[in-house]
Amino acid sequence: MSEDIQAGLAEILEEVAGVAPADATPEKSFTEDLDVDSLSMVEIATAVEDKFGVAIPDDELGNIKTVGDAISFIQKNQ
Amino acid sequence: MSIHLKKGAPGTRVLGLGSYRPRRRVTNHELAQVMDTNDEWIQSRVGIAERRWASDDETLVEMAVAAGGKALAASGLAPDEVDLVVLASASLRAPIPGIGPQVAHRLGIPRPGAFDLNAGCAGFCYALGVASDAIRGGSARNALVVGVERLTDVTDQTDRSTAVIFADGAGAAVIGASEEPEIGPVVWGSDGDQYNAIEIAAGSSTMTMAGQAVYRWATTKLTDTLVEAMEAAGVGPDDIDVFAPHQANLRIVESMTRKLGFGEKTVVARDIVQSGNTSAASVPLALSALLESGEAKSGDLALVLGYGAGLTFAGQVFRLP
Repeated sequence: MSEDIQAGLAEILEEVAGVAPADATPEKSFTEDLDVDSLSMVEIATAVEDKFGVAIPDDELGNIKTVGDAISFIQKNQ
Repeated sequence: MSIHLKKGAPGTRVLGLGSYRPRRRVTNHELAQVMDTNDEWIQSRVGIAERRWASDDETLVEMAVAAGGKALAASGLAPDEVDLVVLASASLRAPIPGIGPQVAHRLGIPRPGAFDLNAGCAGFCYALGVASDAIRGGSARNALVVGVERLTDVTDQTDRSTAVIFADGAGAAVIGASEEPEIGPVVWGSDGDQYNAIEIAAGSSTMTMAGQAVYRWATTKLTDTLVEAMEAAGVGPDDIDVFAPHQANLRIVESMTRKLGFGEKTVVARDIVQSGNTSAASVPLALSALLESGEAKSGDLALVLGYGAGLTFAGQVFRLP
């Protein structure tokens, strides 16, 4: 399951922030490694909400720092 | 016995627009010398290249009078033909008295209905809706609407998340009666649950903004408002010549433009690049810039939207003078 989520997340990252899918691995930090800024994080959050049917409130968004954080958030809340 | 009503106008139209840009131009490079920021960071986050900061003599009243005077001149009306002044601002340091009456007096408008309106960055579009409905309801013949801000007065100039964004300026419109409606219905609303997303907190003198929350709200909730404003006026995206949303962030402008499907035919206001975020002044400043540059012309149909602290939003369609 987490592979499917990772692949779906990689698609969103490529579309929103131009991140190469091969780079979207769990240990990567969105801001430090993938150069995703805070507003792109919002776009990623809304795309994740649409794609995976989860809600990511603004105060939760700050806790999602890595691709792995996002994958576990989706798994827990789906 | 029954209470009589005045007969209002069948429609309204914008008769003239005017604006005032403060003299001092502040580039990203200048800001980079006094705080930890740089041109690339600012341009990629908010799309601003430079902004105008008001000097001490460019007070709210002076800027409002300058923009209002230009709008009045463009309208062809004499000051005594105006009987309503609605001044939108969110940056009065001392809110008593409101400055609408003083601005009217300075412009030689004799004893009009005059008041200030605070709907944050949505102020100009709220004021335009109120003034238009006052004319249609018979409470006024012609109205002056002003949006004016000195956001630098309420900005922490050491906070790089807001100091690079907020700026100063004024814009104004004169509106009057029309046989054919040339201003569509205002579509307005608010999301008061997010009252503290943009605020000057109690005991503070400067504004904070929850950037991510506001960005999410603007890019997900307000497209419907724009569609409703067009539907209320009976027009579609293909009819819109000029799209001038509040200039809060270039990325929000581009997101809205994409979502509404505006193509090359529609001129999109990107005045934020030169003006920063001027709150209630941004929509008339952007429209004035497009008319001055020739990118927009008289008779064009414009879609405007203001949104900001409150949170508030208001939009409408109107024909440019």
